[in-house]
Amino acid sequence: MNAPLPTRRDEAWRYADLKALEPIWPKLAGPEKINVPAGETVSRQIDALTVVDGVGMVDLDVTIGDKATFQIHVLAHNADYGRIQVKATLGNGSHFELGGAILGSGSQTLEIVTETIHAEPNATSNQVVRSVLAGKAVGSFLGKINVARHAQKTDAAQSVKSMLLDRGATANAKPELEIFADDVKCAHGATVGELDKQALFYMASRGITPALAKKLMLQAFIADAFVSVADDTEREAIESKALEVLEALS
Amino acid sequence: MLKIENLHATVGDTEILKGLSLTLNAGEIHAIMGPNGAGKSTLAYALGGRPGYEVTSGSVDFTTAVRAEPVEAQDGEAPASDPSTSSGRTVDLLDMDPHERAAAGIFLGFQYPVEIPGVSNLQFLRESLNAQRTSRGEDPLSGAEFIKLAKEKAALLKMDMDMLKRAVNVGFSGGEKKRNEMVQMGIINPKLAILDETDSGLDIDALRTVGSGINAIMRKPDKAVLLITHYQRLLDEVKPDFVHVLADGRIVKTGGPELAIQLENEGYEAIAEAA
Repeated sequence: MNAPLPTRRDEAWRYADLKALEPIWPKLAGPEKINVPAGETVSRQIDALTVVDGVGMVDLDVTIGDKATFQIHVLAHNADYGRIQVKATLGNGSHFELGGAILGSGSQTLEIVTETIHAEPNATSNQVVRSVLAGKAVGSFLGKINVARHAQKTDAAQSVKSMLLDRGATANAKPELEIFADDVKCAHGATVGELDKQALFYMASRGITPALAKKLMLQAFIADAFVSVADDTEREAIESKALEVLEALS
Repeated sequence: MLKIENLHATVGDTEILKGLSLTLNAGEIHAIMGPNGAGKSTLAYALGGRPGYEVTSGSVDFTTAVRAEPVEAQDGEAPASDPSTSSGRTVDLLDMDPHERAAAGIFLGFQYPVEIPGVSNLQFLRESLNAQRTSRGEDPLSGAEFIKLAKEKAALLKMDMDMLKRAVNVGFSGGEKKRNEMVQMGIINPKLAILDETDSGLDIDALRTVGSGINAIMRKPDKAVLLITHYQRLLDEVKPDFVHVLADGRIVKTGGPELAIQLENEGYEAIAEAA
């Protein structure tokens, strides 16, 4: 890639691990372009990043045709620095769905960065991100939503929740809304918390071991990210992969 | 079954239980009544092992008959052995983690049952039961066996099976949560139930259902119940063998069922002062 290395002053790279990125930056090919033809559906499911020198990068530039749907479900876990970057430009009446789980530990930096451009009316977008962070891991979601002046009846939603398992872990959540149309719905919510101690004791009082209680609660927590996977087999596959990663987290 | 001696417990820096002693034998139902702030819930939590409820001195011994199967009289004969006197295994409750206490046979009914989003009641109960069975060296129940048991206990407490499929206590009314506690108790089938204000938040019909549920599940010669309540009403449904008045961290008076009626008429203050 010929572009200069981003800096932390670039809003979209604010929480990135630029040191990890630097050596491989010139080798990056730039975004993969995806065109979803009008009326069609394209789905991507990523349960592990392709990692080169510790860096795993997914970079998509998606154009979604009229009444078309693009769905991506991603599990970010296996990189020192992992970044899932999606730019989605929505046509009239189209839909963009993103479900992501960030499962980090050690000194990992994992992030999901989206730019959702509601360029035409009547389109919907839904983004659900759940992070579970242990050790000194950093998990971030930056989600920009841009609604063009004539993109009336846009319905855009973001839900971002993070669970910190250790004191040293960090979660960042940043919605960024630029809305020029006046008849739109843009819902966004973010929470950062830790495992509910009352629920842990409640489960223990029924005989559930602390390890199993933690597993059940985290499993339920991240399930939100994958409810929109329509195919049962595919959903179970990504959920069981997520569970496997969760069990290995501290 | 349960022998509490000179129990002192603190929450934060405040001493709440100040030398509480109490003995429950198998086959008995004990009611604990007392004014707000007397330490009733603290007693329940200290016995359950809740973090933050620190026992500073005293002892709690819990004895269960070894592999006690429900004792049933045959042809009108008395049970072969009286479980309240049969030799059993005694454990130091205070030395155990909360989940180990549960596996040993203690059930804590919560005053405010906790919501666990995303975990279904059925999954929660099956995991609970099987975790307990595994730790006791028993085989886990299969899915089909478990569902059969769950259906039976839900019917006993007049609870819709659909509610058991929902996330634990999420969106349940106060009364439904309490009923759900009793369904859980039925499925888990403990030796000792400590029920913390299970009657609060129940309407009259629900109170009757919960009361008969407690009787059906726990009124057994090898089981015991510690019933913490404010009101005489539940005791009309679940007849206690003993009633204790807890005030300022100690048991100040013990009597039979008539004590509950006296409390209802005279109030705690008069009785606590006279004691």
